[in-house]
Amino acid sequence: MRVGLFIPCYVDQFFPNAAIATLELLEKLGVAVQFPINQTCCGQPMANSGYEHLTGGCNELFMKNFDGFDYIVAPSGSCVLHVREHLRSDEAPVKARDIAHKVFELTSFLTDILKVESLDSRFPYRVGMHQSCHGQRGLHLSQMTELVAPQFSKPGKLLGMVKDIDLIPLSRKDECCGFGGTFCVTEEAVSAKMGQDRVEDHLEHGAEYITGVDMSCLMHMEGILKRRDSKVKVIHIAEILNAQL
Amino acid sequence: MSSRDQILSRVKANKPPQVKLPDVAVFEQGEDGAAEKFTEILNAIGGGVYYVDDYQELLSILRDNYPDHGRIYSPIPDVKALTDCVAIEGSSGHQFADVEWAVIKGHFGVAENGAIWITGDLMEYRSLPFICQRLAIIIKQNDILPTMHDAYRRIGDSTYSYGAFIAGPSKTADIEQSLVLGAHGPKGMAVFIMKDDSVYS
Amino acid sequence: MNVTGKDHAQLAGAFNKDTQRVNWHDETLWWIRAKRDKAVHGLPEWEALRETASKIKHNVLANLDTYLQQFEVNAMGNGVTVHWAADAAEHNRIVHQLLTKKRITRMVKSKSMLTEECGLNEYLAEHGIEVIDSDLGERIVQLAKEPPSHIVLPCIHKKKEEIGDLFHEHLGTPAGNADPQFLTNTARHHLREVFLTRKAALTGVNFAVAETGEIVVCTNEGNADMGAHLADIHIASMGIEKLIPQRKHLGVFLRILTRSATGQPITTYSSHFKSPQPGKEMHIILVDNGRSTQLGREEFRNSLKCIRCGACMNTCPVYRRSGGHSYHNAIAGPIGSILAPNLNMERYADLPFASTLCGSCSNVCPVKIDIHDQLYKWRQVLVKAGYTPKTKTAAMKIMSTTLASPTAYRLAGKAGRMVIKYAPFAVNNALNPWYKQRDMPEAPKQSFREWYNDNRKKKN
Repeated sequence: MRVGLFIPCYVDQFFPNAAIATLELLEKLGVAVQFPINQTCCGQPMANSGYEHLTGGCNELFMKNFDGFDYIVAPSGSCVLHVREHLRSDEAPVKARDIAHKVFELTSFLTDILKVESLDSRFPYRVGMHQSCHGQRGLHLSQMTELVAPQFSKPGKLLGMVKDIDLIPLSRKDECCGFGGTFCVTEEAVSAKMGQDRVEDHLEHGAEYITGVDMSCLMHMEGILKRRDSKVKVIHIAEILNAQL
Repeated sequence: MSSRDQILSRVKANKPPQVKLPDVAVFEQGEDGAAEKFTEILNAIGGGVYYVDDYQELLSILRDNYPDHGRIYSPIPDVKALTDCVAIEGSSGHQFADVEWAVIKGHFGVAENGAIWITGDLMEYRSLPFICQRLAIIIKQNDILPTMHDAYRRIGDSTYSYGAFIAGPSKTADIEQSLVLGAHGPKGMAVFIMKDDSVYS
Repeated sequence: MNVTGKDHAQLAGAFNKDTQRVNWHDETLWWIRAKRDKAVHGLPEWEALRETASKIKHNVLANLDTYLQQFEVNAMGNGVTVHWAADAAEHNRIVHQLLTKKRITRMVKSKSMLTEECGLNEYLAEHGIEVIDSDLGERIVQLAKEPPSHIVLPCIHKKKEEIGDLFHEHLGTPAGNADPQFLTNTARHHLREVFLTRKAALTGVNFAVAETGEIVVCTNEGNADMGAHLADIHIASMGIEKLIPQRKHLGVFLRILTRSATGQPITTYSSHFKSPQPGKEMHIILVDNGRSTQLGREEFRNSLKCIRCGACMNTCPVYRRSGGHSYHNAIAGPIGSILAPNLNMERYADLPFASTLCGSCSNVCPVKIDIHDQLYKWRQVLVKAGYTPKTKTAAMKIMSTTLASPTAYRLAGKAGRMVIKYAPFAVNNALNPWYKQRDMPEAPKQSFREWYNDNRKKKN
């Protein structure tokens, strides 16, 4: 199995620990992982702002970097959803679709492809799980509260394998944190309020850490936590699954 | 071109490809009554349910439970005969504004939502069940259907000039989501389930 | 931009100045979302109902011209007069003419978002006709000289104290009385007088059945019936997309409408108007006003399936924290944001951007409109049509060039992290909207690719 590691640009630049944990975790599970060094960005920031027509260069680069892998794995629901839905090429449309369908978000790759049933990890803290919208509602990583359908959670299942972790309940299980890409600056007031409310829910329930499958949401909540001098930290789910504290 | 023709031609030019209608009969649950559920739901939405043997019992419940029952009006001859309800003059529908209780028949109830199907011919005036202060509706014991799908199957292609599902008293929650009964129409609704079909008809 | 020249972000910014109020607004609407959840989770067949409703509406769109003509023939056969209005102006003219012909100068109106869309009240006022809205929430915003902020809950943005003040000013209630029961009772007496004296009533339409020519109007208050039954002339205004093929399809739509809207199993009144009362008149106005255009937009035509339940507003985390008026359109929230640009791209260019694309709206939609996908698609259309700020376009072009080149990306990444680490004042200032209420992420020593080169590449 040839697995390409797709690390979103902002994770590469600002949250290398999440990327390192992803790599180490996959290696621990016996997966041969390669990181194509010339990768940059999937193009989502432009596309969600209405500039999908400017993402041709990103698409080409993505295809060049990730051609030939059996699977492409990324520690981000949002970027994976973007590639799945929008990776296209005028010259090689079939190949673009083929590559798009090989892209997996980390937790679903672990549960659905590797079929992980146990993990050698320990994280003795009270943890709040943030359901990132694109991972949850876009990639169906967990059941959504709006639907009348059986409960499941891929990240939840994995966190359940971690020793000594204390997962806290939330009042609003799957409300958006308000990051939303450029929304976080163009709609500053609403975005920040959404983030504050989301953080408050975790704090009220005694979280020591807030985790999730998307670093962008976590970055947003971290910005709010730091502003209020909170000791509560954000941590990518890969770092918990890879932890041996 | 008239607006009609203009709209129709634009719609025709812009409409999407054909798709078949889905089957809605799959949601029907059958004719079995569900009186318990009906009572539970109607109570939850502010209505009362009473089982009665005859119209006499119905009227004594109104008098016992609602002492200041005031004027009663009913288009049902049997009820008229039993009450002192005076003939109300007028033919515009406005004449019922100070009727305390209007007593009318309904065709059937729906268990899932506590609604009763009533058509214009049972109302005498369409305004009657809306303008009265309180509304009493009589249905037969076996005329409670499980769902709205069953309800429309019963209605079928029957003809009426006006019909309504009525579920409980008039209500609003427009002021800070505080529920208030009696927004414009009846402040209360009582459903009388006639145990004996022959009395009803 | 709207008439006040302010866009959603600015209006929402103003709304957010009062945090307590935002919290209250958010909690109130979330409570309604919770009631909706409770109601739908009680029906195991819920998802099948949504799918069925969506398919029926799809069939309606695919046969709309046929159904409209079928409806017209049947309604006329029932003794109803049918009118066609290509746009808002024609709709308003038709209503005015009907009233003028009968020398009526005062009309009572039950809830109709279409007449809000058409600006009917303002038009009739200019022509000397007084309209009184009879839905309690609409009457309240009418007294306040405001538009509704929600399609189902028109005054959800108003606190009871503000309503008490309005009633004190306009209806003579004692100052300071803000008891909902008392205020509702006052409105009951005030509006009864209106119902008993008006000769014309206008209602909206929830569903129109092609097979029978009947229309169905749903209310909890009974105000549509009070108005229509007591007046000499009943005018019903409906968008052409309100049709459904057969009577039995009402079973599906009446089950999903109120459960989605408020969590009730059904509205108190679901009234089927088929023929006028003896000696009275009934008119139905079929209104296009951009709907046939939207029908031709392949990516957006599904928005015409909307049954106006408001569930997408109640669930939308942005709507709950920005208030309906921030959308500066008759229909607010997610559904308003995909309907409005069809009417005027320039004026409503900001609305599809007033969303995080979280997708909750599409999940609660009882007719399965792909609302958040349409928001994304409108963004593409609006950018290409040139309705976004030029500065944003310039920035996006630089961004795309940088991200399409590994070398440029590496250099920019270094610069970006450098700025945060060594010159926080350059970024951490009030000009950066992020920093206003949030701290910047701390810059790590190394990017992941630098770490990878040091720890993996070299070993390989």
